[in-house]
Amino acid sequence: MGDLFQETILIGIFAATIRIATPLIFAALGELITEKAGILNLGVEGTMLMAAFAGFAGSFVTGNTLAGLALAMVAGGLMAFLMVFMAATLKVEQVVTGLALNMLAAGMSLYLFKVYFETLSLPTAEVMPYLPIPVLADIPWLGPIFFQQKGLTYLAFLMVPAVWFFLYRTKWGLEIRVLGENPKVIDTKGMSVTLRQYGAVILGGVLIGIGGAFVTIGSVVRFVPDITAGRGWLALVIVIAGNWRPAGVLLAALVFAFLDALQLQIQGIGVDLPYQIFLALPYVIAIVLMVAKSRRGRSEAPARLGIPYFRGER
Amino acid sequence: MRPVLSVHEVTKKFHQVVANDRVSFDVMPGEIHCLLGENGAGKSTIAECIYGFHRPDGGTISVRSKELDLRSPSDAIRSGIGMVHQHFVLVPSMTVLENIVIGTEVATAILDMREAAERIAEICRRYNVEMDLNSRVSALTVGQQQWVEIVKALFLGAEILIMDEPTAVLTPQESRRLFAIFREMCESGMSIILISHKLDEVMQSDRVTVLRKGKKVGTVETRASSKSELTNMMVGREIDLGAPRPRGVIGSPMIELHGLCAQGDLGTPALNGMTLTVHRGEIVGIAGVAGNGQKELFETLTGVRKATDGRVVFDGKEVTNHSPRDIQKAGMGHIPDDRFSEGLVPDFDIQSNLILGAQREPAFSKMGFLRFDAIRQFARDSIEAFAIKAPSAQTACRTLSGGNAQKVIVAREFAQSTKAILANQPSRGLDIGVIEYMHGRLTDKRDENFAILIASEELDELRSLADRIVVIFKGQIVGEFRHDAVDLERIGLLMAGHTGEAAAKTSVGEA
Ligand SMILES: Nc1ncnc2c1ncn2[C@@H]1O[C@H](COP(=O)(O)OP(=O)(O)OP(=O)(O)O)[C@@H](O)[C@H]1O
Ligand SMILES: [Mg+2]
Repeated sequence: MGDLFQETILIGIFAATIRIATPLIFAALGELITEKAGILNLGVEGTMLMAAFAGFAGSFVTGNTLAGLALAMVAGGLMAFLMVFMAATLKVEQVVTGLALNMLAAGMSLYLFKVYFETLSLPTAEVMPYLPIPVLADIPWLGPIFFQQKGLTYLAFLMVPAVWFFLYRTKWGLEIRVLGENPKVIDTKGMSVTLRQYGAVILGGVLIGIGGAFVTIGSVVRFVPDITAGRGWLALVIVIAGNWRPAGVLLAALVFAFLDALQLQIQGIGVDLPYQIFLALPYVIAIVLMVAKSRRGRSEAPARLGIPYFRGER
Repeated sequence: MRPVLSVHEVTKKFHQVVANDRVSFDVMPGEIHCLLGENGAGKSTIAECIYGFHRPDGGTISVRSKELDLRSPSDAIRSGIGMVHQHFVLVPSMTVLENIVIGTEVATAILDMREAAERIAEICRRYNVEMDLNSRVSALTVGQQQWVEIVKALFLGAEILIMDEPTAVLTPQESRRLFAIFREMCESGMSIILISHKLDEVMQSDRVTVLRKGKKVGTVETRASSKSELTNMMVGREIDLGAPRPRGVIGSPMIELHGLCAQGDLGTPALNGMTLTVHRGEIVGIAGVAGNGQKELFETLTGVRKATDGRVVFDGKEVTNHSPRDIQKAGMGHIPDDRFSEGLVPDFDIQSNLILGAQREPAFSKMGFLRFDAIRQFARDSIEAFAIKAPSAQTACRTLSGGNAQKVIVAREFAQSTKAILANQPSRGLDIGVIEYMHGRLTDKRDENFAILIASEELDELRSLADRIVVIFKGQIVGEFRHDAVDLERIGLLMAGHTGEAAAKTSVGEA
């Protein structure tokens, strides 16, 4: 009996890890593409929040979660458009822009929610169903952990090699990586720096948007203010901890998700441990990793991250 | 014959600075057309206007009598214009292959690097260029990086190729190879616009257009002209860098190296037991092909690189592996060869760059606060002495012309050193007037009992300047010549690694 009990707990923790990692992977991959293009989008949290709201609203109105997802992607893209317009066209300080986006999203999602939904008592929206994969779902241990999840979760894991392939095996990926290292290379070859920055940042925003959607229509029927609860900030940390590599991002997202799952479980059992420790842990781990890495050398951080490009500059 | 490219009355201003003032010239098919002029004369600016990188404030640029509306380099590229920029435009963290492939037609949607590598290797074979496509650019010497830039341009296959000081960082042998490539290209009907400060190279062109203070002085047929006429057009007087200079009185040892060993960036041995003494009041020239340990030698001497074995004694005191700051404070100045990445903070203004490293000296700071009046005065003096062309001492260094940025470093190191000056390729990219001035200052310093160590690939420069020439090859001194016994032919052989017979005839120094 005892063994069985432990087994279900462990499977529960690991399955929760995979589920919790889903929005983190999407958001961190989106931010990874953005940063590879040399643009530091600190508005991940806000972008996720707007997308979470859009996903909820879309699903609520149409009763279709896919419509919600589409709306969330549009919202993510729009937020990213704001970011890149400020950063690439107006060349405004990127840190300030990102922070402003977060405030905008916090205010706007709350406002829109109040105006359109507060009057209804307990508005709920359709949530994505679980999609167990036939045969695989029945494998002991692995089945319940990996193959009894939602569609977006499978997609998140498929996105990791896809983003890797895009960045390292396609010409657009190469161009994006060059943007982050030395945009003058792109300019002197007669290619538009701005166009590519828009492309990369908006693509990143759409991915972040999918991550945001998972927080609402991927998980719960309701929307509450600040529902993303710091996942966007965590995504930023994941990109750093993952050393700007897709595989690293996956690993970091899984570690942080595991910590969260563990924390939920420990709380559920009623062990008296301040949960703030678990909230701070990812950041502590990230700092330790960064120090360890800087001593070993070779960071994959884009050389021109956050620095605007001007043609006349030499 | 009709010109392929006509530049007509082009004017370009940067705020107050008029970089080009109604400049006109033509380029014929199959011609090597040189642009010559002092540092800051506006050569790079006119080149970048032709390449669509700067938008002229006036005038027209036409290709085959068709006027171009150049809004960005893409317009120029479409009209068959290619360019190698004065400062590298490369991604250091990526491979040579990636750097060349980007933005070309071999960059297909899904990259096929094997195919790309073959096409690039073919270009390299055709033009006889040796290059490891898979090494990271950051691991290459400046000379190798220049070849990456050249192959990049060749690969794009332009009809009119602009080369902004491509030979500044190449060895004389490499420059000759580049000229062979130019000839081949011209025979197939291409045209080359070449910017260079080296008159020997300029003399191999077909025509020369001389610029001065943004204005065109004239265009001459090279065959009908001479070095002295060109110098005269450029700076308004005649200069002969090769003229012998008075020799100094050599004193006691100042810099002593005993069996010095150090590793290169890749962990391979770069200095293999180097032994050398530079005395007070002596200029020692290091002749050698770049990449034979010059950079590592200077860096080890200045404390930037760790010596793995051997000793460095400076002014009687052991300074092996002391901190760069200690060594600098002891009075050693250093002019590095990779100046833009190692010698300057481009976003800082001229005056800040001029006092960099000396900001804590009492002359420039008091109780932790900078004394700006003193700094400004010092900056004004340096700007005047080295003829640094800039609107003011508060101009950011990145807006300076290549040569003028370099003068800032030279001025700083001259001012900060009190006992010795180390210079790696100090005249690279400088115009002939500035080189002459710098040589004069180096001789003055020598006469003030400084010990001076200069590495250069220009043997004429060393012969005129140095009291003693040593030859470096693979991190060792392989030959030594007093100024009155210089044998250029033998030095050349030693530089190329022919030790056997040549070395037997040479009096190998203390080594
Ligand atoms: N982006 C810029 N902003 C401001 N001033 C500039 C800029 N680019 C060039 N200048 C100024 O224009 C003038 C001409 O510069 P340019 O680079 O064309 O000289 P150059 O002939 O190439 O000199 P060098 O031989 O030293 O490379 C200089 O006074 C320089 O300071
Ligand atoms: Mg120039």
